[in-house]
Amino acid sequence: MSSGVGVIDDFHPRRNAEPARGRRMNRVALPGLVGSAKALMTRDLRLIWRRRGDALQPALFALLVVVLFALALGGEAQALSRVAAAVMWLAVLLAGLLSLDTLFRGDADDGSLEQWLLAPVPLGWLVAVRTFMHWATTALPLLVATPFLAELLHLPHGQLPVLMASLALGTPLLSLLGAVVAALTVGMRRSGILVGLLALPLYVPVLIFGAGSVARSAQGLDPVGALLLLGAGLVLAVVLAPLAAAAAIRIALN
Amino acid sequence: MTAFAATRPSTPNRMSPIDRPAPPLLEARGLRFARNDEPVFGPLDFSVDAGEALLVQGGNGSGKTTLLRVLAGLLSADGGEVDIDGQRARASHRARAIAYLGHLPGFKADLSALENLDFLCGLQGRRRAQLPANALAMVGLGGYEDALARQLSAGQRKRLSLARLWLSPAPLWLLDEPYANLDLDGIELVNRMVQAHLREGGAALVTTHGAYAAPPVRTRMLALEKATTA
Repeated sequence: MSSGVGVIDDFHPRRNAEPARGRRMNRVALPGLVGSAKALMTRDLRLIWRRRGDALQPALFALLVVVLFALALGGEAQALSRVAAAVMWLAVLLAGLLSLDTLFRGDADDGSLEQWLLAPVPLGWLVAVRTFMHWATTALPLLVATPFLAELLHLPHGQLPVLMASLALGTPLLSLLGAVVAALTVGMRRSGILVGLLALPLYVPVLIFGAGSVARSAQGLDPVGALLLLGAGLVLAVVLAPLAAAAAIRIALN
Repeated sequence: MTAFAATRPSTPNRMSPIDRPAPPLLEARGLRFARNDEPVFGPLDFSVDAGEALLVQGGNGSGKTTLLRVLAGLLSADGGEVDIDGQRARASHRARAIAYLGHLPGFKADLSALENLDFLCGLQGRRRAQLPANALAMVGLGGYEDALARQLSAGQRKRLSLARLWLSPAPLWLLDEPYANLDLDGIELVNRMVQAHLREGGAALVTTHGAYAAPPVRTRMLALEKATTA
């Protein structure tokens, strides 16, 4: 190690300069919002790649729910197609709930969140990026798989666009609401069922409008109203949820 | 609990703005913290100038870690003020001025040493002149660039934290037990790093419970005592 120690002085060509405040600050690369987001996204993608098996869990869980429902209803196309949209929504919602606890828990346990707090970018921004990555890695694959799963459930083809639209608007909303709940419980050693209990009341309106939009279109009614309400909720959550989650994390670490 | 603070000599006479010396890099006035109405430390008065180290000493449970977490802004104080560079410390201000080395290093176990450093530099910034790979070599982790953090020993993880600290652009280092888990070479490494950092105009707060050899720099002492409940 002695050679390593010797290197320090070589790194300081101006070792004889008198101490001057702020000198280091002039030669630094401070990250902006984009830079920090890129660093966090790269990290999350690398972590997911290292643990590919874990990343597949939400999708497998949703597949399991859908298949079990199809089996339980006897594979009868008539009965399935009536509940297909509701089952799809439930499968996606429960799969999201399953992975919610991992949103901030790992970063809290290994001290990463402390370093987030000490970063020169707002904590809310980092929370927003992390939540987006969580959505992109858990809900987005489900969204892609939805047409196939819907086929398993004999969803009438005419309802597929409405289902996709409602999921596209609803799943980010679920992730953002879930981020607030995950942040609230991050200070606990094991949150277990508490995350679900806290999240479900917040999820209910999303589920009602999401599954409701498909139900309305099945009855020949206009689904746009329900979709617009989902969109409005999403806009509100994009602005407020990261701030609320950041405040909750600060309290949890205090 | 009580604490005894060694303050720097005060200069009460006001001087003209030109004569006035630069404000200390870190100044705490009447800083105190209580957990569940039970005081942990304080009120403390101390200051650290650029080019100085403050050695925070005290036994287990005397509030050293808590003090550093309060200064870093991870805990909010129950009273008192903290000034950084003459300005009241706010979160944004702290983030630029403070590098915190705590008990939890903040490394992801499934990322390699270099990937961990890359992420933390992307998050917190780094000095332009320093590259993560060079910093790894400097702390004696050359050749471990692609080793996953989970495969490193406790001492090696500590050295990885030191590499992160070395890359940090912050002028104020808050080091919580930096000597823990390190071998003699590692202790020497910490001292050399602190020395080099102070020479560059930085400052460092170092907590220690033991009698490690302090780096040969301008050092103030702050002794935290675990109070006997009277």
